[in-house]
Amino acid sequence: MQEEEVLGRAYDSRLMRRLITYLRPYKAYVALALLLILFESALEVAFPWLTKIAIDRYIAAGNMGGLATIAGVYFLLLLIRFGSASAQTWVLQNTGQKIMYDMRMQVFRHLHTLSPSFFDKNPVGRLITRVVTDVDVLNELFSAGIVSIFGDIFVLFGIMVAIMVLNWELGLVTLSVVPLIFVTTAIFRIKARDSYRRVRLAIARINAFLQEHITGMPVVQLYNRERKAFGKFDDINKEHLGANLDGILAYAWFYPAIELLSSVAVALIIWYGGGQVIQGVLTLGALVAFVQYSNRFFQPIADMSEKYNILQSAMASSERLFKLIDTPAAIVNSPEAVVPAQPPGGDIEFRNVWFAYNDDDWVLRDVSFQVKAGESVAIVGHTGAGKTTTTSLLTRFYDIQKGEIRLDGINIATLDLDYLRSSFAVVLQDVFLFSGTMESNIRLGSPIPRERIEAAAEDVNLAPFLRLLPAGLDHPVNERGTTLSAGQRQLLAFARALAHDPRILVLDEATSSVDTETEIQIRRAIERLMEGRTSIIIAHRLSTIQRCDKIVVMHKGRVREVGTHQQLLAQRGIYYKLYQLQYKDQEVGVPGD
Amino acid sequence: MLKSNKWRDLSRLRFYLGQHRSRLAAGFACVFITNIFLLATPLVTGYAVDSLRESVTREKLASYAAVIIGLALCEGLFRFFMRRLIIGVSRQAEYAIRNDLFTHLETLPVSFFQKNKTGDLMSRVTNDLSNVRMLFGPGVMYTANTVIVAVFAVLLMLRINWQLTLLALLPLPLVSLSVRHFGKRIHDLTEESQGKLADLSARVQESMAGIRVVKAFVQEKHEIAEFERMNRGLVEKNRELIRAQSVFYPTMELMIGFAVVVVIWAGGRQVISGAISLGDFVAFNMYLGRLSWPMIALGWVVNLLERGRASMQRLNYILDTVPEVKDESVTVSNFEVQGGIEFRNLNFAYNGTQTLRNVSLTIPKGKTIAIVGATGSGKSTLVQLIPRLYNAPPESLFVDGVPIERIPLATLRKAIGFIPQDTFLFGETIRENIAFGVESATDAEIQRAADISNIDADVQEFPQKYDTLVGERGITLSGGQKQRTAISRAVIRDPKILILDDALSSVDTYTEEQILRQLKQVMRNRTSILISHRVSTVKEADEIIVLDAGQIVERGTHAELLRQDGYYAELHRKQLLEEELAVSE
Repeated sequence: MQEEEVLGRAYDSRLMRRLITYLRPYKAYVALALLLILFESALEVAFPWLTKIAIDRYIAAGNMGGLATIAGVYFLLLLIRFGSASAQTWVLQNTGQKIMYDMRMQVFRHLHTLSPSFFDKNPVGRLITRVVTDVDVLNELFSAGIVSIFGDIFVLFGIMVAIMVLNWELGLVTLSVVPLIFVTTAIFRIKARDSYRRVRLAIARINAFLQEHITGMPVVQLYNRERKAFGKFDDINKEHLGANLDGILAYAWFYPAIELLSSVAVALIIWYGGGQVIQGVLTLGALVAFVQYSNRFFQPIADMSEKYNILQSAMASSERLFKLIDTPAAIVNSPEAVVPAQPPGGDIEFRNVWFAYNDDDWVLRDVSFQVKAGESVAIVGHTGAGKTTTTSLLTRFYDIQKGEIRLDGINIATLDLDYLRSSFAVVLQDVFLFSGTMESNIRLGSPIPRERIEAAAEDVNLAPFLRLLPAGLDHPVNERGTTLSAGQRQLLAFARALAHDPRILVLDEATSSVDTETEIQIRRAIERLMEGRTSIIIAHRLSTIQRCDKIVVMHKGRVREVGTHQQLLAQRGIYYKLYQLQYKDQEVGVPGD
Repeated sequence: MLKSNKWRDLSRLRFYLGQHRSRLAAGFACVFITNIFLLATPLVTGYAVDSLRESVTREKLASYAAVIIGLALCEGLFRFFMRRLIIGVSRQAEYAIRNDLFTHLETLPVSFFQKNKTGDLMSRVTNDLSNVRMLFGPGVMYTANTVIVAVFAVLLMLRINWQLTLLALLPLPLVSLSVRHFGKRIHDLTEESQGKLADLSARVQESMAGIRVVKAFVQEKHEIAEFERMNRGLVEKNRELIRAQSVFYPTMELMIGFAVVVVIWAGGRQVISGAISLGDFVAFNMYLGRLSWPMIALGWVVNLLERGRASMQRLNYILDTVPEVKDESVTVSNFEVQGGIEFRNLNFAYNGTQTLRNVSLTIPKGKTIAIVGATGSGKSTLVQLIPRLYNAPPESLFVDGVPIERIPLATLRKAIGFIPQDTFLFGETIRENIAFGVESATDAEIQRAADISNIDADVQEFPQKYDTLVGERGITLSGGQKQRTAISRAVIRDPKILILDDALSSVDTYTEEQILRQLKQVMRNRTSILISHRVSTVKEADEIIVLDAGQIVERGTHAELLRQDGYYAELHRKQLLEEELAVSE
């Protein structure tokens, strides 16, 4: 994550071309903004000219009335510039916002097409940076960077034209300092860029170091490592200081140097221009205008070096964004995907399924079993047997390498993804709750009437708990639902599944221990959920196992035993051992229902 | 500006800035001098213009030009030193504060880091510190600059013509006022927009973290619609902000433009009437130009100061937290830990929950003791009291007969090799990770420690051997390798007391047995405490303790506990079944 902050080059035509495509829908706005900037720049150039006219025509001639007129014109132009500048900022920034909006939607939409395996590999924090920070950096480029560079160029060009028209000889003399300014700015940019890069690097290191040492502080303390850790921190901190001091040095001489050059220009105007005034070649007003022009000339050149940093960050951000947008979605609807006319029946079959997360590291080996519509199956097995993997294959969270999984006799790889996933309700072991309300967590985004949500809450025994809350179903749930107990979260997840009324239930039973009362409620809720549906349950409760029509025993990625509780116990195989290990104790202790 | 207790939060800065008193004083002197030169230039330009209306020689003009360059040189020189001194001091102080923040964090107990999120603490040490530096660096420099420029420029303008000065300055207070007004509005809107952005981030965070639920319930469209709504809300807020901004800066320019118009019109009339010269007129215009930037800066500076103060409070939160675990005023001197440990009727509560009840346990020097029990029974808490990760109540925990709180913290911890449950490795080389807790270590010592914990063979297979980088938190190593590295880290310290808090859980039973056998050699005459869920780990211990809900419920040797047929015996039975399952194919 930290390395991402380090910057690359400032201009990349490939990235730039792609960035420009985002401007396309707003061509008219961009054109308008550019026009306004052009207009503004022209006004910028007009003001010193007005001063010249005031001095030469009216002040020198003692014409009070004319002076008032020119002041009036000046005032008017000020108002016009005000209007144009406001409009320009508004149009430009709004366009920036629109582009940012589009980009965010594009990235977010794209993220939702990616399969779970992508999220296994990419930490959430990094994805947030893409959607939030990187897009913001690009906005900066559109609204503050590129376009204002045009403004600067227009002003420079306008001033050059103006002084050449006023007096080309003096104009050339004044412009003679310009190469020096470019040299100074170039040297500054190199120095400042170097220090800027080193500062960024040092900050990235400080962050990485802090992250590591704050998290590992107990270890630092246990191993009497405080002094050494501080020594290292001090080194990085010193790097940061050194880079900054160099940066100060660059800035400290740059601004005075530019001022000095600007003064040299003024001195040249007074010396050479003054001479021309004596000869009568130049008017006094023109001389004053020259001084004013030279003051306005240098700022834009100095500013342009600041734009460099914006450009550099923007290139880095756009590269990362495009890389994300270009990540192909691994699991998509196949071209010949079908949406069966009738709702799913619920027949499920695994046929010689082989699956590995990476390469040949098989997690499932030749798994075959069948569940008939309305039947219930308990999948049991020791840790690492492949139970959870089996269930995530059903909804195509991952695609299998060999074999076939069928729903109602159709290979799920050829079914429409939405149709497939809507056929299932999946309750994961670790219940994920969104911030919102109890109701919004049951409904999610589906159009389910309130009555059905109430009924679902009632059916899974969540209702008694809801009645204790002043707001009932509207009770707020915070991020991840940390204010609810494990049992309550379970029941909420059951209500969510029931409200969606799927044909097939996939349940990964939670192992977390709950009090007896809740245990009974959960048990009843599971019963209610299973009613009339095909159910595939990774079971940890003996009561659940016994309620299922059959038990599939998995061991090390294979299906080893299939049968009923009594049959399997009689076999004295793996199930028998599992029973001794995990389920036997449950026969006593928990009161039955 | 430093009035009332609103600014008391900043009193700590006096110490950091006080160390650079003389350089700061010199810096402020530079602010003063540079502006004198800056404001002399318009005067000279004015003279030059006036001289042109009379007869003037080229030589005279050349000397004016030379003076202007000379003044700019002097001005630039002092501005250079101004920046270097004041901003330089701000960087030095920032460096010192950052070091102090880190040193202070190092003294704070585990509980502090549990209470405060890592990200939040990091942000204080970087972002907030940066805000505070902006306050006492650029913030203070620009304030001084503005005040001095304003005072001198106005004085010089008054010298030329007081009526014109009053007229020209009429719009300027409006500039500062509108900066304040717009500044506040923009600040508020910025904050609201930041809030919306934070909400949007949270939304992305949830949507990504819950992606499995989203996909399982086919909620992608809903998620996108929800995001779209928030995205639109953010853009709406930003447009409000843009509306304010698009008026703000042009307004500044307009106000300053007004002043210029006033000078052209009223000043022009005075030139015509002969009240002032044309040179005065030119100089006047230039003064106005030099006043405008500091006026605009004023509003910006006020925001800097406000933000810096808020951030300073956040720094004070860290610096004012008193370390709970520290050396008491009375400590025994010249103490050397032998390794005898005694818990005497110890009760311990954490966050209001009683986690240990009436624990009495004597571990004689050189013995090995094992602790088993269910999750949450208090095993980890019990051993964490020994190196004082948490404070035990006074007079309830003794090492070699001395109450633990009377032993200097560094002495106590030096004698302990503690291997925590969650292995934490640093993103350095294996060598550095093993030698983490010793002053220095030879290659032979490192290898020996690695050998004892059975990691040496693994390391020898890495291309870089001991110089292999383990990655962030040791990500390139397997769980077992991480744990074994952590054991080496403890072993190399040659501790009098070795504590393994379930530190072999990711190591297979065969390797575990080897490690335990070798540890036994090393730990002869040393005290060892083992926490484990595995019978195989604990069965050889001199005494085994079973904890349940913070109380000792069974104690004895392996054989004795099997005979008692309680928790331990059940654990043993299950373990045998596990082994059977593991080997069956």
